[in-house]
Amino acid sequence: MAQTLSKALEPVLIIVGSLTVSMVLFGVFVASAGADPFEVYQTMYRAAFGTSFSWQNTLVRAAPLMLTALCTALPGYLGLIIIGGEGAIVIGGLFAAIAALTIPSAPPMVVLTTMALVGMAAGGMWLAIGGALRHYRAVNETISSLLLNYIAIALLSHLVTSTFRDPESLNHPSTHHIGEANMIGVIPGTDLHWGLVFGIVACVIAWFLMHHTVFGFASQIAGGNVRAARVAGLPVGRLILIVCCIAGAAGGLAGMLEVAAIHGRANDTLNANYGYAGILVAFVARNNPLAIIPVAVLLGGIRASSGLLQRAHELPDATVLVMQGIIFLVILFSETLYGRFSKLQKQGVS
Amino acid sequence: MEVGWWGVLIAVLGGAIRIGTPFLFVSLGECLTEKSGRINLGLEGTLVMGAMTGYAVSLHSGSPWLGVLCAGLAGMVLGALHSWLCSFQRVNDIAVGIAMMLFGTGLAFFLGKPYIQPSAPRLPSIDLGGWSDLPQLEAALQINALFLLGIVVAVLMGWMLKNTAWGLKVRVVGESADAARALGLPVDRIRIMSTAMGGFLAGIGGSYLSLYYPFNWSEGLSSGQGLMAVALVIFARWQPIGCLWVSLLWGGAAALGPSLQSVGITGGYYIFNAIPYIMTLAMMIITCSPRRTLVGAPHELTVTR
Repeated sequence: MAQTLSKALEPVLIIVGSLTVSMVLFGVFVASAGADPFEVYQTMYRAAFGTSFSWQNTLVRAAPLMLTALCTALPGYLGLIIIGGEGAIVIGGLFAAIAALTIPSAPPMVVLTTMALVGMAAGGMWLAIGGALRHYRAVNETISSLLLNYIAIALLSHLVTSTFRDPESLNHPSTHHIGEANMIGVIPGTDLHWGLVFGIVACVIAWFLMHHTVFGFASQIAGGNVRAARVAGLPVGRLILIVCCIAGAAGGLAGMLEVAAIHGRANDTLNANYGYAGILVAFVARNNPLAIIPVAVLLGGIRASSGLLQRAHELPDATVLVMQGIIFLVILFSETLYGRFSKLQKQGVS
Repeated sequence: MEVGWWGVLIAVLGGAIRIGTPFLFVSLGECLTEKSGRINLGLEGTLVMGAMTGYAVSLHSGSPWLGVLCAGLAGMVLGALHSWLCSFQRVNDIAVGIAMMLFGTGLAFFLGKPYIQPSAPRLPSIDLGGWSDLPQLEAALQINALFLLGIVVAVLMGWMLKNTAWGLKVRVVGESADAARALGLPVDRIRIMSTAMGGFLAGIGGSYLSLYYPFNWSEGLSSGQGLMAVALVIFARWQPIGCLWVSLLWGGAAALGPSLQSVGITGGYYIFNAIPYIMTLAMMIITCSPRRTLVGAPHELTVTR
């Protein structure tokens, strides 16, 4: 009991330690920019978690982060580094909007279901391209998924300025609005849309799939040692395709929610860097879908505080980007610490 | 004189040099890094940081060349940070690259806020088209000095990698870290130096963006040139001279969309913009294969395994 506890404690300690070190480094950074780090942290806390309004602001940002983090976390079980969450969210949102516009007279429930299914299918297929290229052509999945992000954004810009353009969207080319009746409502008693629930449910399902099913077990084996997995007769190619597809579907759902709950149309606001921030969430959570939920809330809070930081301390909005970068680097560096605490290690190896 | 379709060709040629120059510098930087067995995906951040630094220094000092130098130094610091982090056990170079990309761009946006409006002195260009009566050709042959410098660096780097002791060391470290250690070579130090030098070149590539073309500083300045460097190097088969040709090819491809507009083909503007990315992907699909590693790839490189 004590052994498993200390084994589980190691990542928690290292991650909390890394976050503390990042906060110190970021504090030094803002201090050198002429701001008082303690006041900055106070402002950030107030802007992210201080009031019920700021909590809502944070959670609205956390929802898509949970889903895009899955884009990186799930393929991570197979040993793949996929960074195509941005492409999945863009493609998912685009095709979900197009799907809604093709059935204008259907009842809202049908429209929303169709949007979700189409968005997930589009996002899933988009990321599966990266997985398929990895498996069949040995194309590095990190680079291909990155290129697919740019191609997805170009496709979005092309379609919203040509075939699917709403002529009334003059300065900001967009598709037609999907209709107010078709928008996803808010959770009763709050200003929060249902996206947060979708995000949490998706993370729980992903966790169950990867940790408590034969499929998840097979994926972890294939991620640990491809040759051993082949010898054991596991269909490695199919595992890669399915996992990438599920991961992309999560990103596609995030895009669909951005359209159906916030913007009402597909346009370049879909490309709001949730995909890249999702990579950070997945790395900090060490690919664990359950850990993604609190990490996404934390990062959502950091992003939500950028506006107030600007107003209260005259720090540019890129301040939160610097903070994200510092956290990311320190967390990656902390990988080297695992197993170094001999006391923990001795107890951990039973 | 009727220019028409010739105009498209001339514009593509001019664009190959104008748009290809930043590609040239980042791909040379990436090439050197990868020769030592590491991959640096963070050159996008280095590029943006170089652009900001170059612009700021040029504005304050009045000398664009000092800006170029400082941009290189800023890139060098970022490259050294990347490779220092990667020299610890179990720290993944691809993941650190992604983090450096976010950190570099974030830092550049943070520090660059005051420089969005003012205009800095520009890098000079060399006029090679004075003999021509065609204004289009004259414009296309306005060669920037950094492009010529890039050619020199490409030739020199190719020669040094092949013929000097320093080049041999970098290649040994890139082919087999174990063999290098057996020879008593300081693997980590050679990699840190190669990555830092690679960052220096990428930083210069960034200063081209802000100090020559498009010649401004804004947060949307880079369109992923730093990221595409990785793919360009694969296409160039890890040869510095190859980087030169591939950069020109990519620059030309990127210039195709706007120059077709001049002859009235305006549809699909964004699709034309995506051509370099599609070409990169297509090139990787064609050249990669599950049955063999890529010809010319350093064996320590994780992307080709």
